[in-house]
Amino acid sequence: MSDAKPRPRVRLDKKEVKKGETIELKTLIQHTMESGQRKDASGNTIPRKIIKQFTAELNGKTVFSCDLEPAISANPYMQFRIRPDASGTLKLTWLDDDGSKIEHSEEIKVV
Amino acid sequence: AAVLPAQSFAQAAKNNSADLIKAFTGGKTAAAAKIKMDLPEIAENGNTVPMTVSVEGTKDLYATDLLIVADANPQGGVMTVHFSPESVAEVNTRIRCAETQNIIAVAKMSDGSFVTAQREVKVTIGGCGG
Repeated sequence: MSDAKPRPRVRLDKKEVKKGETIELKTLIQHTMESGQRKDASGNTIPRKIIKQFTAELNGKTVFSCDLEPAISANPYMQFRIRPDASGTLKLTWLDDDGSKIEHSEEIKVV
Repeated sequence: AAVLPAQSFAQAAKNNSADLIKAFTGGKTAAAAKIKMDLPEIAENGNTVPMTVSVEGTKDLYATDLLIVADANPQGGVMTVHFSPESVAEVNTRIRCAETQNIIAVAKMSDGSFVTAQREVKVTIGGCGG
Protein backbone atom coordinates (compact mmCIF):
# COMPACT_ATOMS: atom_id res chain seq x y z
CA MET A 1 0.00 0.00 0.00
CA SER A 2 1.15 3.52 -0.72
CA ASP A 3 1.82 5.96 2.08
CA ALA A 4 -0.65 8.45 0.67
CA LYS A 5 -3.51 9.25 2.98
CA PRO A 6 -6.47 7.08 2.15
CA ARG A 7 -9.40 8.99 0.74
CA PRO A 8 -12.70 8.05 2.31
CA ARG A 9 -15.76 7.49 0.20
CA VAL A 10 -18.92 8.82 1.75
CA ARG A 11 -22.45 8.67 0.44
CA LEU A 12 -25.53 10.25 1.99
CA ASP A 13 -28.95 9.17 0.80
CA LYS A 14 -30.08 12.80 1.09
CA LYS A 15 -28.60 16.06 2.32
CA GLU A 16 -31.82 17.82 3.16
CA VAL A 17 -34.37 16.39 5.59
CA LYS A 18 -37.34 17.47 7.62
CA LYS A 19 -36.88 17.50 11.37
CA GLY A 20 -37.26 13.97 12.74
CA GLU A 21 -36.32 12.27 9.49
CA THR A 22 -33.17 10.23 9.14
CA ILE A 23 -30.18 10.46 6.83
CA GLU A 24 -28.40 7.24 5.95
CA LEU A 25 -24.63 7.41 5.59
CA LYS A 26 -22.48 4.83 3.88
CA THR A 27 -18.75 5.22 4.36
CA LEU A 28 -15.80 3.26 3.10
CA ILE A 29 -12.13 3.95 3.66
CA GLN A 30 -9.08 2.21 2.27
CA HIS A 31 -7.08 0.68 5.08
CA THR A 32 -5.30 -2.63 5.60
CA MET A 33 -6.62 -3.00 9.18
CA GLU A 34 -3.53 -5.08 9.98
CA SER A 35 -4.68 -7.20 12.90
CA GLY A 36 -1.40 -7.67 14.74
CA GLN A 37 -2.05 -11.42 14.59
CA ARG A 38 -0.36 -12.22 11.30
CA LYS A 39 3.29 -13.19 10.83
CA ASP A 40 5.50 -12.32 7.90
CA ALA A 41 7.58 -14.80 5.88
CA SER A 42 10.38 -14.85 8.49
CA GLY A 43 7.99 -15.49 11.36
CA ASN A 44 7.93 -12.01 12.84
CA THR A 45 4.58 -10.66 13.94
CA ILE A 46 3.39 -7.84 11.70
CA PRO A 47 2.56 -4.95 14.03
CA ARG A 48 -1.06 -3.97 14.45
CA LYS A 49 -2.21 -0.98 12.42
CA ILE A 50 -5.92 -0.36 12.30
CA ILE A 51 -8.41 2.46 12.26
CA LYS A 52 -9.25 2.42 15.95
CA GLN A 53 -12.03 4.96 16.06
CA PHE A 54 -14.65 6.45 13.79
CA THR A 55 -16.59 9.54 14.80
CA ALA A 56 -19.42 11.53 13.24
CA GLU A 57 -19.87 15.03 14.65
CA LEU A 58 -22.63 17.47 13.79
CA ASN A 59 -21.69 21.07 14.57
CA GLY A 60 -19.02 19.82 16.94
CA LYS A 61 -21.29 17.43 18.85
CA THR A 62 -20.71 13.69 18.50
CA VAL A 63 -23.82 12.02 17.13
CA PHE A 64 -22.38 8.59 16.32
CA SER A 65 -19.04 7.00 17.07
CA CYS A 66 -17.48 3.60 17.34
CA ASP A 67 -14.32 2.05 18.70
CA LEU A 68 -13.02 -0.52 16.28
CA GLU A 69 -11.01 -3.67 16.94
CA PRO A 70 -8.88 -5.79 14.60
CA ALA A 71 -11.99 -7.90 13.95
CA ILE A 72 -13.24 -5.20 11.58
CA SER A 73 -12.49 -6.13 7.96
CA ALA A 74 -9.91 -4.38 5.81
CA ASN A 75 -11.21 -1.25 4.10
CA PRO A 76 -13.72 -0.67 6.89
CA TYR A 77 -17.26 -0.02 5.76
CA MET A 78 -19.65 1.72 8.08
CA GLN A 79 -23.32 2.32 7.46
CA PHE A 80 -25.50 4.15 9.97
CA ARG A 81 -28.35 6.60 10.24
CA ILE A 82 -28.58 9.95 11.96
CA ARG A 83 -31.62 12.02 12.87
CA PRO A 84 -30.23 15.57 12.83
CA ASP A 85 -31.83 18.29 14.94
CA ALA A 86 -30.24 21.18 13.07
CA SER A 87 -28.55 22.10 9.82
CA GLY A 88 -24.80 22.23 9.84
CA THR A 89 -21.52 20.54 9.11
CA LEU A 90 -21.25 16.83 9.60
CA LYS A 91 -17.62 15.97 10.22
CA LEU A 92 -16.47 12.37 9.92
CA THR A 93 -13.14 11.39 11.42
CA TRP A 94 -11.19 8.15 11.13
CA LEU A 95 -8.44 7.79 13.72
CA ASP A 96 -5.50 5.53 12.88
CA ASP A 97 -3.41 3.60 15.43
CA ASP A 98 -0.46 5.83 14.49
CA GLY A 99 -2.40 8.90 15.59
CA SER A 100 -3.08 10.25 12.12
CA LYS A 101 -6.60 11.40 11.32
CA ILE A 102 -8.53 11.29 8.11
CA GLU A 103 -11.38 13.76 7.94
CA HIS A 104 -14.32 14.36 5.66
CA SER A 105 -17.09 16.94 5.92
CA GLU A 106 -20.58 17.16 4.51
CA GLU A 107 -23.08 20.01 4.75
CA ILE A 108 -26.56 18.88 5.72
CA LYS A 109 -29.77 20.85 5.96
CA VAL A 110 -32.76 20.41 8.24
CA VAL A 111 -35.81 22.23 6.91
CA ALA B 1 -38.24 -12.50 28.19
CA ALA B 2 -35.90 -14.75 30.09
CA VAL B 3 -33.22 -12.98 32.07
CA LEU B 4 -29.82 -14.55 31.71
CA PRO B 5 -26.51 -13.41 33.03
CA ALA B 6 -24.75 -11.96 30.03
CA GLN B 7 -21.64 -13.94 30.88
CA SER B 8 -23.46 -17.25 30.47
CA PHE B 9 -23.69 -16.62 26.74
CA ALA B 10 -19.94 -16.59 26.46
CA GLN B 11 -19.03 -19.18 29.04
CA ALA B 12 -17.60 -21.47 26.38
CA ALA B 13 -15.64 -18.63 24.83
CA LYS B 14 -12.11 -19.24 23.65
CA ASN B 15 -11.01 -15.69 24.22
CA ASN B 16 -11.58 -12.64 26.39
CA SER B 17 -15.11 -11.96 25.14
CA ALA B 18 -16.74 -12.86 28.48
CA ASP B 19 -14.43 -10.41 30.27
CA LEU B 20 -15.26 -7.70 27.75
CA ILE B 21 -18.98 -8.20 28.34
CA LYS B 22 -18.46 -8.14 32.10
CA ALA B 23 -16.48 -4.91 31.87
CA PHE B 24 -19.16 -3.37 29.65
CA THR B 25 -22.11 -4.28 31.88
CA GLY B 26 -20.26 -3.88 35.15
CA GLY B 27 -21.36 -7.42 36.01
CA LYS B 28 -25.05 -6.63 35.60
CA THR B 29 -27.34 -9.13 33.92
CA ALA B 30 -28.64 -8.49 30.43
CA ALA B 31 -32.11 -9.50 29.28
CA ALA B 32 -32.25 -11.52 26.08
CA ALA B 33 -34.14 -9.84 23.22
CA LYS B 34 -34.74 -6.51 21.54
CA ILE B 35 -31.66 -6.71 19.32
CA LYS B 36 -31.91 -7.60 15.66
CA MET B 37 -28.76 -9.19 14.27
CA ASP B 38 -28.45 -9.75 10.58
CA LEU B 39 -25.51 -11.97 9.63
CA PRO B 40 -25.15 -14.69 7.03
CA GLU B 41 -25.81 -18.17 8.40
CA ILE B 42 -22.83 -19.44 6.47
CA ALA B 43 -19.98 -17.08 5.64
CA GLU B 44 -17.79 -18.41 2.89
CA ASN B 45 -15.08 -15.83 3.47
CA GLY B 46 -14.37 -15.05 7.11
CA ASN B 47 -12.34 -12.02 6.09
CA THR B 48 -15.38 -9.97 5.38
CA VAL B 49 -18.69 -10.97 6.89
CA PRO B 50 -21.48 -8.40 6.52
CA MET B 51 -23.22 -7.64 9.79
CA THR B 52 -26.16 -5.41 10.70
CA VAL B 53 -27.13 -4.92 14.33
CA SER B 54 -30.06 -2.80 15.41
CA VAL B 55 -31.46 -2.27 18.87
CA GLU B 56 -35.17 -1.68 19.26
CA GLY B 57 -36.07 1.32 21.31
CA THR B 58 -38.61 4.03 22.00
CA LYS B 59 -38.31 7.77 22.48
CA ASP B 60 -37.87 7.20 26.20
CA LEU B 61 -35.90 3.97 26.22
CA TYR B 62 -33.19 3.69 23.60
CA ALA B 63 -29.73 2.19 23.26
CA THR B 64 -26.83 4.45 24.15
CA ASP B 65 -23.95 2.03 23.63
CA LEU B 66 -23.53 -1.27 21.86
CA LEU B 67 -20.77 -3.82 22.41
CA ILE B 68 -20.17 -6.53 19.84
CA VAL B 69 -17.87 -9.48 20.56
CA ALA B 70 -16.96 -12.70 18.81
CA ASP B 71 -16.37 -15.72 21.03
CA ALA B 72 -13.74 -17.60 19.01
CA ASN B 73 -11.60 -14.93 17.36
CA PRO B 74 -8.03 -14.52 18.70
CA GLN B 75 -9.34 -11.42 20.43
CA GLY B 76 -12.95 -11.13 21.53
CA GLY B 77 -13.61 -7.49 20.75
CA VAL B 78 -15.25 -6.51 17.47
CA MET B 79 -16.50 -3.00 18.11
CA THR B 80 -18.19 -0.68 20.57
CA VAL B 81 -20.69 1.78 19.14
CA HIS B 82 -21.84 4.95 20.89
CA PHE B 83 -25.20 6.33 19.85
CA SER B 84 -26.84 9.66 20.64
CA PRO B 85 -30.38 11.00 20.55
CA GLU B 86 -29.47 12.20 17.05
CA SER B 87 -28.58 8.78 15.70
CA VAL B 88 -30.49 5.58 15.09
CA ALA B 89 -29.42 2.56 17.18
CA GLU B 90 -28.28 0.63 14.18
CA VAL B 91 -24.95 -0.14 12.51
CA ASN B 92 -23.88 -2.07 9.44
CA THR B 93 -20.27 -3.07 8.88
CA ARG B 94 -18.08 -5.97 7.78
CA ILE B 95 -16.26 -8.11 10.28
CA ARG B 96 -13.60 -10.81 10.42
CA CYS B 97 -14.45 -14.25 11.75
CA ALA B 98 -11.55 -16.64 12.38
CA GLU B 99 -13.80 -19.69 12.57
CA THR B 100 -17.38 -20.77 13.17
CA GLN B 101 -18.53 -18.97 16.28
CA ASN B 102 -21.14 -16.86 18.03
CA ILE B 103 -21.34 -13.12 17.56
CA ILE B 104 -22.75 -11.53 20.69
CA ALA B 105 -24.28 -8.08 20.97
CA VAL B 106 -24.87 -6.34 24.29
CA ALA B 107 -26.62 -2.98 24.36
CA LYS B 108 -26.73 -0.46 27.16
CA MET B 109 -30.13 1.23 27.31
CA SER B 110 -30.83 4.82 28.36
CA ASP B 111 -32.22 3.65 31.74
CA GLY B 112 -28.98 1.83 32.57
CA SER B 113 -30.29 -1.65 31.82
CA PHE B 114 -28.67 -4.09 29.40
CA VAL B 115 -30.05 -6.30 26.65
CA THR B 116 -28.26 -8.96 24.66
CA ALA B 117 -28.57 -11.28 21.70
CA GLN B 118 -26.34 -13.66 19.81
CA ARG B 119 -26.05 -15.25 16.40
CA GLU B 120 -23.96 -18.13 15.18
CA VAL B 121 -21.94 -17.69 12.00
CA LYS B 122 -20.53 -20.73 10.25
CA VAL B 123 -17.27 -19.89 8.54
CA THR B 124 -15.82 -21.85 5.62
CA ILE B 125 -12.49 -19.98 5.24
CA GLY B 126 -11.16 -18.26 8.34
CA GLY B 127 -10.44 -14.57 8.36
CA CYS B 128 -7.36 -14.23 10.53
CA GLY B 129 -5.01 -16.22 8.33
CA GLY B 130 -1.27 -16.08 8.35
